[in-house]
Amino acid sequence: MKLLKRLLILALVSAFLFAGANAYAKTCVYCSEGSPEGFNPSLYTAGTTFDACSRTLFDKLVHFERGTTKIIPGLAESWDVSADGLTYTFHLRKGVKVHKTKNFTPTRDFNADDVIFSFHRQWKKDHPYHQVSGGAYEYFNGMSMPDLLKAIEKVDDYTVKFALNRPEAPMIANLAMDFASIFSAEYADKMLAAGTPEKVDLEPVGTGPFILVDYQKDSIIRYVAHPDYWDGKAAIDKLVFAITPDPSVRYAKLKAGECHVMPYPNPADLAQMADDPDIKLLEQEGLNVGYLAFNTEKKPFDNAKVRVALNYAINKQAIIDAVFQKAGKIAKNPIPPTIWSYNEATKDYPYDPEKAKAMLAEAGFPNGFETDIWAMPVQRPYNPNARRMAEVIQADWAKVGVKAKIVTYEWGEYLKRSKDGEHQTVLLGWTGDNGDPDNFLAVLLGCDAVGGANRARWCYKPFEDLIQKAKVVSDAAERTKLYEQAQLVFKEQAPWVTIAHSIVYMPVRNEVMDYKIDPFGGHIFYGVDIKE
Amino acid sequence: MIKFFLNRIAMIIPTFIGVTLLTFALIHLIPGDPVVLIAGERGITPERHAILRAELGLDKPIMVQYGRYVWGVLHGDLGKSIVTKQPVFKEFITLFPATVELSFFALILAVLFGIPAGVIAGVKRGSVFDHSVMGLSLTGYSMPIFWWALLMILFFSVFLHWTPVSGRLSALFWIDTDTGFMLIDALRSDEKGAFISALRHLILPSIVLGTIPLAVIARMTRSAMLEVLSEDYVRTARAKGLAPWRVIGIHALRNALIPVITVIGLQTGVLLAGAILTETIFAWPGVGKWIVESIRRRDYPSVQGGILLISSLIILVNLIVDMLYGVVNPRIRHTR
Repeated sequence: MKLLKRLLILALVSAFLFAGANAYAKTCVYCSEGSPEGFNPSLYTAGTTFDACSRTLFDKLVHFERGTTKIIPGLAESWDVSADGLTYTFHLRKGVKVHKTKNFTPTRDFNADDVIFSFHRQWKKDHPYHQVSGGAYEYFNGMSMPDLLKAIEKVDDYTVKFALNRPEAPMIANLAMDFASIFSAEYADKMLAAGTPEKVDLEPVGTGPFILVDYQKDSIIRYVAHPDYWDGKAAIDKLVFAITPDPSVRYAKLKAGECHVMPYPNPADLAQMADDPDIKLLEQEGLNVGYLAFNTEKKPFDNAKVRVALNYAINKQAIIDAVFQKAGKIAKNPIPPTIWSYNEATKDYPYDPEKAKAMLAEAGFPNGFETDIWAMPVQRPYNPNARRMAEVIQADWAKVGVKAKIVTYEWGEYLKRSKDGEHQTVLLGWTGDNGDPDNFLAVLLGCDAVGGANRARWCYKPFEDLIQKAKVVSDAAERTKLYEQAQLVFKEQAPWVTIAHSIVYMPVRNEVMDYKIDPFGGHIFYGVDIKE
Repeated sequence: MIKFFLNRIAMIIPTFIGVTLLTFALIHLIPGDPVVLIAGERGITPERHAILRAELGLDKPIMVQYGRYVWGVLHGDLGKSIVTKQPVFKEFITLFPATVELSFFALILAVLFGIPAGVIAGVKRGSVFDHSVMGLSLTGYSMPIFWWALLMILFFSVFLHWTPVSGRLSALFWIDTDTGFMLIDALRSDEKGAFISALRHLILPSIVLGTIPLAVIARMTRSAMLEVLSEDYVRTARAKGLAPWRVIGIHALRNALIPVITVIGLQTGVLLAGAILTETIFAWPGVGKWIVESIRRRDYPSVQGGILLISSLIILVNLIVDMLYGVVNPRIRHTR
């Protein structure tokens, strides 16, 4: 009896101690900008959603090193590529623990079945999970995976083989993207048997550094650190996303100490943030480009001379000052400087209205002409105020005799009509997905992309040959050379005016340590610590 | 009385049809295609675009879509959100308690301060108090909510550290939210201090949201009091030698309350319909913010379902207000 009493006291004391430890657990609060659409990254395309799931809960076969676009091993320890570039063999990491949640206790470690499940679900129309939760896998389709993949096979529990229909050098980079997150096949089987397959997407189970505890819609997301994470437990014990849509309020919360990190500050608040003694203002160039595309299928923009002349006619520094304030840098290439193969040697067209006028006269337009400039109705990372930008360009062009009318539509209409080529010139931009130059050059300027994301409708054989060749070569040095050359061809032909790469600012409180800005625009908390 | 209510209920049917038709027509009239918006700059192939539109039922003629929608509503099915793929009704029910909690406190604040302020201003017509109440209520009524809220946050939360900036509960408390009413959930949880935290989080948004109803109620009460105070029966009551508080509190106020109740009823509807700006600034997860976000994403089922549910509530509140007239003023009860 006495022993029982003692045991009881011991249990109570340890419970108390444990509760005490819990109360002092290191918590990082992130004031996120919006609600996730769901918790399955393969179903959605928004960065806000990826922050809440693929960058916290899941791992991929390969990862991007935090803060860079460099590929490092993830759930695959290593991989081999066959000489013809058609077969990728991944050797999977052993001893990777799957999340234990209130609904699920795994009986096995991560293995090849999880990889097969995660890809087959998105790929195979007859897969039992294909139609679950709406079944629209926009990134998987958008990256042309269905055309690219021939087969995905399990060789043994820790080896998976991907066979492709054609060589594709950016393949590895694709597999580091959010849509390629690896789910637990055991959990999926269990939920299917229970008749609740949608739970896989609502109460997800992965292998990532954090475990989802709960989500209160539009309000808060709570995570705890995965105690057995294969790469070591996170330095913080708890992670909270406090959803706060208004940037001024996010800043107020940061100042009041209600959150540690906030994304997307108001450009107008930057100066004050930089002076705030409690706040560190981190900055990095974004993986994006904002541009003005000429519709090269329409006259007079089918003439490269006209396009070059109008490049000379734009004062980019004035745009950076007026539109981006501090948060932008002039772009000279169609890819941002953070991507490998960025060509430093490219020479941008300086602002020279006299030269522009002379070139227009040479091209047969001594008195200029009339055209339009399409301006997006929304703020995007690569363009904070398209209307203002269009006005600056309009004024610059007026000086060389080109009268431009500013046109705008609702965002969906804008995307659709510009895709159909209704514009003469259009402002748009792009944020990179996988840090591969192909993701900019082929997606935005390739011949296949005319009628799609290629708003200049520019299909130029010398350029196309270079990027097609770079797609199939696996030697990195050779690919770099080809892309560098492609950038020179692009500049000389000028299908766009490359305008700016934005600078991403991230205010964090002083107690936050080791926060790194993700070039892909994500917000990653594994590796972050809070000073006590 | 019963006939009156049956009449009122019968009138609800055409109102509902009107609401479904109007919301359906309006959201479909706004240009924009949810599928294109989902794809963004990336774009989408025409084949894939057609498949997705067919999956969402957007490829059918507009009348067929409307017919399907009404058929679903009659069967209690409001459809699923295009974005989250969750049933619209479930999303609404998850968010609605937050709106109710906030509206309730805002309204309590408005009534508790608005009616006494209006009564005193009416009784002491022309006094300094009267002029201050009228001036302040006009200011409150015309204040831009966004600016007002930020001012309050900067002063009380950032400068004085008296109240939290936004949200419903401190991030340090990890409680279960079974009912969705944070005060109740916090009270039920074992975590000490959670209830106080939830209460503190309610202060600023309630003040901001309550400001306009407070101003409206104060002005309405004042003018109703002025009208009633000049009536013969008030003079008679005074002449009979009744105590001033009885004359004002019982004879005058009771009659003056009728238009005030109408206004409170209308304001309740306005508050429940979602305090869009207040919810956005204070990161309050209510229905107003949700509907606005759904409109932006062209999430047709959420917009239609959300507006339909809110309209039903407003109709219900109006019914209750009609019944309350009867309670406050027996003449209305008897004439019907």
